[in-house]
Amino acid sequence: MVQSFKKGSASQIDASSIVYDTQKLNLWYGNHHALKNIDLQIKENEVTAIIGPSGCGKSTYIKTLNRMVELVPTVKTSGEILYRERNIFDANYGVEELRTKVGMVFQKPNPFPKSIYDNIAYGPRIHGIKSKKILDQIVEKSLRGAAIWDEVKDRLNTNAYSLSGGQQQRICIARCLAIEPDVILMDEPTSALDPISTLKVEELIQELKEDYSIIIVTHNMQQAARISDKTAFFLNGEVVEFDSTDVIFSTPEDKRTEDYISGRFG
Amino acid sequence: MGQKQSAEKFSVQELIQKSSGKKQKKLIEKMIPIILLLIASVSVLTTFGIVGTLIVETVIFFKQVKVTDFLFGTEWFPFANTEQLFGILPLIAGTLKVTGIAVIVAVPFGIASAIFLSEYASDKTRRIIKPILEVLAGVPTIVYGFFALTFVTPLLQQFIPDLKIFNALSPGIVVGVMILPMIASLSEDAMSSVPNSIREGALAMGSTKLEVALKVVLPAALSGITASVVLAVSRAIGETMIVSLAGGSTPKFDWNVTESIQTMTAYIVQVSSGDAGYGTTIYYSIYAVGFTLFLFTLLMNYLAHVISKKYREEY
Repeated sequence: MVQSFKKGSASQIDASSIVYDTQKLNLWYGNHHALKNIDLQIKENEVTAIIGPSGCGKSTYIKTLNRMVELVPTVKTSGEILYRERNIFDANYGVEELRTKVGMVFQKPNPFPKSIYDNIAYGPRIHGIKSKKILDQIVEKSLRGAAIWDEVKDRLNTNAYSLSGGQQQRICIARCLAIEPDVILMDEPTSALDPISTLKVEELIQELKEDYSIIIVTHNMQQAARISDKTAFFLNGEVVEFDSTDVIFSTPEDKRTEDYISGRFG
Repeated sequence: MGQKQSAEKFSVQELIQKSSGKKQKKLIEKMIPIILLLIASVSVLTTFGIVGTLIVETVIFFKQVKVTDFLFGTEWFPFANTEQLFGILPLIAGTLKVTGIAVIVAVPFGIASAIFLSEYASDKTRRIIKPILEVLAGVPTIVYGFFALTFVTPLLQQFIPDLKIFNALSPGIVVGVMILPMIASLSEDAMSSVPNSIREGALAMGSTKLEVALKVVLPAALSGITASVVLAVSRAIGETMIVSLAGGSTPKFDWNVTESIQTMTAYIVQVSSGDAGYGTTIYYSIYAVGFTLFLFTLLMNYLAHVISKKYREEY
C-alpha cells in the first residue's frame, strides 16, 4: 500500500541516486561557527542517521537541508547544498518549493490544533487540492502510510490533541506523507516518546524507507544502529566520519567515533 | 573581630525561640484574611448595591408603564406633554447602529493589526507599536467625542452631503477607532500564544507566511480573537460620551445612519443632566433603560467568558 506514494524513479545512473550533495557547507549563528566545511552525500531510499553529542550541529545541519534554519535571523551560510542537482541557496529557488519536496518531522509532536482530518489535509489544501473525494483518499492513504489509520479511522473529526504523544507524532508523519515528499527529515522524532511509541515509529521508518529517502537526527545510538543504512558522526560542527552504519558501529576509522559510540563521552 | 565572633557560642534555634513577637505574629496572621475579605467585599457589595437599586427603581417604572409597551413600543417620546411613550426599540436601534458601524470598522482593522504585530513585525517594531496602541486606548472618550463632532462629521459631509450634524455614522466610526486597540491588543496576545512549533510545522510543509497566519495561527487563536471582539462590542454598547456629543438626541426606530439618533446611554445622560423631577416617570425611565443596557453588556461579557473558556485551544 505504501508503494502507491512514490512516482517511479529510475536510478540506473549513480548521480541521480544522490538526493542531497552537500559541498563545503559552513554556517554561522552570529559569530558562532556552527557547521564547518561539511561534505556529505545522501542517497535515495536510504535511512541516513546523524549522531553526535549535544551542540555538535546535527540539528542545525538537518534544518539547513530544508532551510528552516533561516528562521533564526542571525544565520549566515557559505558553500552549497545540491538537492537533486540544484543548489537550494539559489536566489530563484523558492523555499516553499523546496519544502514541498522535503518534509520534516520535529522533535516534539506539533500537530495543528485542528481535527485529525484537517491536519492531514492541510498540506494538499494549501497546495491547491480542493476535491473532497481526492482529499478523503489522501487522508486515508497517509494515515495508513503512517500506520495509524486503524487507531483513528473512527474519529477523524476529533482534535489531534486528544491523541497520545506517540499517536500525535505519527499524525505528524502522516501529515508529512500527505504531500508525497521526496525526502523526509526527522529531527529526533522519538525523543519525546515512550518506548512502545518509539518502537512503532522505528518500524514505520523501516517501511517508509522503501519509498522515501530519510535523514534522521538521533541522540540514541542504538536507534541509529537499528534503523539506519548510513551513519554520519558529527562533532563540534564537523563530520568526523560518514560510512555505512555497520562500519561505524563495528570498525570505525576515527578514534573519536569509537569513543563516542562506546559511550566514553557525549 | 571575626575570630571573636566565631568563638562566641550560640544556637540559632534558641535565638529564634527567644525572639519576642511570636504571639503578635500569630494575631496578625489571623487578622489579615478577615481584613482582606472586608476590603474585597466592598467592591462586591457595591456591585450588588448598584444592581439592587437598578432593579428596585426599574420595578417602580414598570408599575407606571406596561412591560410590553416598553419592550415592543417603537416610539420613545418621554418629554411629550400629553401622552408619554416609552418604547425602548428606538433607543436600542440607535445603540445597535453605532455598535454595528463600530464593529465594521474595528474588526477588520483590529485583526489585521494583530496579524501584522504577531506574525510579521520584528520585535523592535512591536515594541514601538504596541505602546502606541495602548495610548490610543487611553484617550479620554470625551476627546473622541468632540473629535467625531468637529472633525469626522464635517469630513464625512464632504462625501455625503445629506449627512446631518448629528448622525450615527460619525460616532460609529469613532467608537470603532476607540475599540480597535482593544481588539488588536487582545487578538495579538491570543495569536502570540500559539506556540512557534506549530508555525514551524506549517512552514516545513511549504506554507507561505500568509498561509501560516491565516490558515494555522488565526484558527488556532480564534477563541481569543472572538472573545476580544465580544468584549469590544460590550464596550461599544456602553460607550456614552462619543454618542452623546456626536449622535444627537432623536430616538428613531429605523436603519438610517445619516440622521440624528439617540442611544440608550445618551438618553440617560440627557435626562440625568436635565431637570427631570424626582419621582416622575421620566426619572424612573433612566433606571429601566440603564437596566436594559446592563443586561446587554452582561450578556456580552458572559458570552466572551464562555467563548474563551469553552473553545480555548490546548496546545
